[in-house]
Amino acid sequence: MRIVIMGCGRVGAALATEFSREGNDVTVLDTDPTAFRFLPDDFTGQKVIGNGIDPDLLKKIHLETADAFVSATRGDNRNVMAAQVAKHIYGVKIVASRVFDPLREEMYRNMGLRTINPTRVQAKRLKRVIEAPTDEDASEMAREFMKQDGL
Amino acid sequence: MYIIVIGGGKVGFYLAKELAESNHEVLVIEQDPQKVQEIQDELGDIAMEGDGCEATVLEKAGTSRADMLLAVTGDDEDNLIACQVAKQRFNVSRTVARINDPKNEEIFRRLDVDITVSATSAIMAHIEQELPTHQLIPLMRLGSGLEIVEVRIPDDSRIVGRPIREILLPYQSMVAIVIDDGGRPKMASGDTIIRAGDEVVAVTMHESEEALREALMAPPPARAF
Repeated sequence: MRIVIMGCGRVGAALATEFSREGNDVTVLDTDPTAFRFLPDDFTGQKVIGNGIDPDLLKKIHLETADAFVSATRGDNRNVMAAQVAKHIYGVKIVASRVFDPLREEMYRNMGLRTINPTRVQAKRLKRVIEAPTDEDASEMAREFMKQDGL
Repeated sequence: MYIIVIGGGKVGFYLAKELAESNHEVLVIEQDPQKVQEIQDELGDIAMEGDGCEATVLEKAGTSRADMLLAVTGDDEDNLIACQVAKQRFNVSRTVARINDPKNEEIFRRLDVDITVSATSAIMAHIEQELPTHQLIPLMRLGSGLEIVEVRIPDDSRIVGRPIREILLPYQSMVAIVIDDGGRPKMASGDTIIRAGDEVVAVTMHESEEALREALMAPPPARAF
């Protein structure tokens, strides 16, 4: 699969690394060249400096040939705009975005984008960790969360 | 009408002022508390602090009864999302987005923003009109790829002295108005004779601009003796 990932923060970089190790053709975009430091030295994908909503850049990286596009920058608006451009203008089949605002996340999910909202899940989990009777219980709980996500 | 303006910078400020003076009910939503204060001081109680892309903020602003939402911040993505949230969640029937980067015009059109306003493009078009060297001046873009353009017929054009029906125009192009050098406009018909110095207003496809320029302005082909 050819996968384009916009935003090379901790999440984008971890995602890029995992997809790349599984043998996919990965392109990571970030406006900040120092962001690529989150990628491991043996990362074989393509690193491109630039803005994932810039039509010139998207043409240059041939976004229309991608099978999947993921937007994981810090900006909700940038993420959903880029996802819509990828889906509706470049015809990318699978587009996914991280959206911090729960209401916007729900709205764009209903509009046909694949979205996740980390805010609510994390708040719920944090609350459970705080309410755990002992530190050991909290630690066990945190391990359990990781396990649920296959980590 | 109840009109919500997202972004209280210079554009938002003067827009709100203008709309309020025309007796519309206006609310400006702006993130920077200092700008909110400035608007309150100058224009009265018509500004609210908050992120105009956030549904909770728009809810508080009574967006569901708004007739129009104008998103005029300096960030294109924020303007797009504000319009989409207003439309999707609050059924606002008309949304207008300011576009800062002209490259985004096409994108916004395809993502269903009702109206886009690009200051950069407007300034460029205005300057193009003033440039005497520019031969074919785009006046206005219509829907479906058509545009209205203006051409001044040079003295050596091959169509000088000929009626419009004899001009071979490109596909989907037509001459609409001919303005003579005295500034008198007339509707173009097949019999209208083109004179040197006439201003011709034509409708054409954007892709056909060059072909139209050629048809109206090119000198006659050189003859071999």
